[in-house]
Amino acid sequence: MEYFKKIYDGLATTAEGMKITLEHLFGKKVTNQYPEIYHPITSGDMPPNSRNRLFVDMSGCDGCNSCAKACPVQCIEVETVRVSPDDENIPDMNNGKKRKMWVTKHEIDFAKCCFCSLCTLVCPTEAIYMTQEFEYSEYDREKLKYNFSNLSPEEVEEKTKMFQEYQAKKKLEQEEKKKAEQEAKLKEAQPEETKQEVTVSKTVEEKPAELSAEELEKQKAREERRRENERKRAERLAAAAKDKEE
Amino acid sequence: MEQNFVYKLFGDGIIMYSLFVIIPLTFLLIYALIAILGELKIASWVQDRLGPMRTGWKGVLQPLAEVLKLMQKEDIVPDAANKPLFNLAPYVMFTGAFAAFAAIPFTMNFVPAHLNIGLFYIFAVGAFAVIGIVMGGWASNNKYSLLGAMRGVSQMVSYEIPIALAILSIAALAGSLDLQEIINQQSGGFWNWNILGGNGSLWKVLVIPFTLALFIIHFVGGLAETNRIPFDIPEGESEIVAGYHTEYSGMKFAMFFFAEYANMFTVSALITICFLGGWQSPFGDFLNQPLMQAVWFIGKSCFLVFVQIWLRWTLPRLRVDQLMYVSWKVMTPIAFFCFIAISVWSMLR
Repeated sequence: MEYFKKIYDGLATTAEGMKITLEHLFGKKVTNQYPEIYHPITSGDMPPNSRNRLFVDMSGCDGCNSCAKACPVQCIEVETVRVSPDDENIPDMNNGKKRKMWVTKHEIDFAKCCFCSLCTLVCPTEAIYMTQEFEYSEYDREKLKYNFSNLSPEEVEEKTKMFQEYQAKKKLEQEEKKKAEQEAKLKEAQPEETKQEVTVSKTVEEKPAELSAEELEKQKAREERRRENERKRAERLAAAAKDKEE
Repeated sequence: MEQNFVYKLFGDGIIMYSLFVIIPLTFLLIYALIAILGELKIASWVQDRLGPMRTGWKGVLQPLAEVLKLMQKEDIVPDAANKPLFNLAPYVMFTGAFAAFAAIPFTMNFVPAHLNIGLFYIFAVGAFAVIGIVMGGWASNNKYSLLGAMRGVSQMVSYEIPIALAILSIAALAGSLDLQEIINQQSGGFWNWNILGGNGSLWKVLVIPFTLALFIIHFVGGLAETNRIPFDIPEGESEIVAGYHTEYSGMKFAMFFFAEYANMFTVSALITICFLGGWQSPFGDFLNQPLMQAVWFIGKSCFLVFVQIWLRWTLPRLRVDQLMYVSWKVMTPIAFFCFIAISVWSMLR
């Protein structure tokens, strides 16, 4: 009897299994036809704080280099040129302040980026932020180096040249200023010389002697103070050494 | 032969014989592509997923992609393998599956070789597959392949006995081994099909349980012949890597793959001829023209292929001892018993 029961069981369970399989055959499928029918970004399923590709808004970037310093894998490279005051009509940054630095190169290598978002935390103007874009694979690794600076190479050259000219100009002005001061000093010294002819030799002779006397006193005082300090320091060290031994 | 439409068109010459080979071969190739797609899609749908959707419209070009992939793969032959056996094994197995097509009638007018021992011939030729598997397993010089091949041999040989008893009962019922004769006796609508007792008086309802049991036995045995799950031990995809076709790659693996699908169709075709009325339409004489007959025959066989695929994704694999138990202790005694009953019935008829 066992024998027939087993045969019946085998056949009955097979039939039951086949019924279940048939139901699933015509049932609803769970596959997600990505990207035509369902895409996480367009369907709004992408979490709002998700960390994907970065973007740098150049109107807000002030070239402070904080993002490059904060990056743990050093994938950001920032190069800047100071804005020369001669440059006119430059647009303000997007937080209203005047622009002090041109950012000539702001390169992020997305092959290295580990999406930790530390750079977004330290940016003072929130110019660098994470977008929702995650499908940006390339065949060539070099294409993953994104340069966010919006200055063309000609503009970069122009700005650097402007700044260098400004620097040169400033240097010239400083030198002229120095010269003028020196001449002014000399001019002041000359009329005094004609008035006090007798006393000039005295003062010339005495001044070094006075100076040397004053200086000698000062030197002596300094040396005494130094010796005092050294003695005190030696005492302190000896006391500390004794404490340690105890 | 006289009725054969190819003979009528081309006369008795080399063209006729080549057509007899080419027509079933073309059919088999097309069928294999559809069967591969069907298996992938049905397997996916049963598992609540969509399957291949990107190649072609909803994935219909997937079999083509698979064939192209297999054809362009490198043909690796292990260094210590027995080269002649290794190279011949897939082709032997395919021969076993394809040679049966010489005697399978697609329509009233088309049988390549109208043998009067057609049933016996198909059954005998089906044993070639066993040699193919053993050659593949032994020549691979791989212990997993050998294990798979040995189990395969024991399984296929032991399941041929219930099948033999089933077709013996059919031969007893029909009084002939000729396939066309067997099919002609099932004419007149599905009530006359052998699964429902063959043609005869109303008393045949007594014999319906036996024919039904024989149908199930033949079907299960056929599953075992083609190494389909639940009789998957020779292939054993997760147990013994891939069994007897572990070491094959490229074109030879494609041959094994193709031979498996061809074997599935051969077994299904035999079952439809014996039990489901072959190319007879289920409505008697309505829609019984030769072209429609081919449609009926292929439709019924493909339905059985579908059931085979359906079973594959329903049942787990049988253990080797369970396999032997089912064959020798369940199927053979029951097949004997049914054979006796049907012989008595056909004697009394």
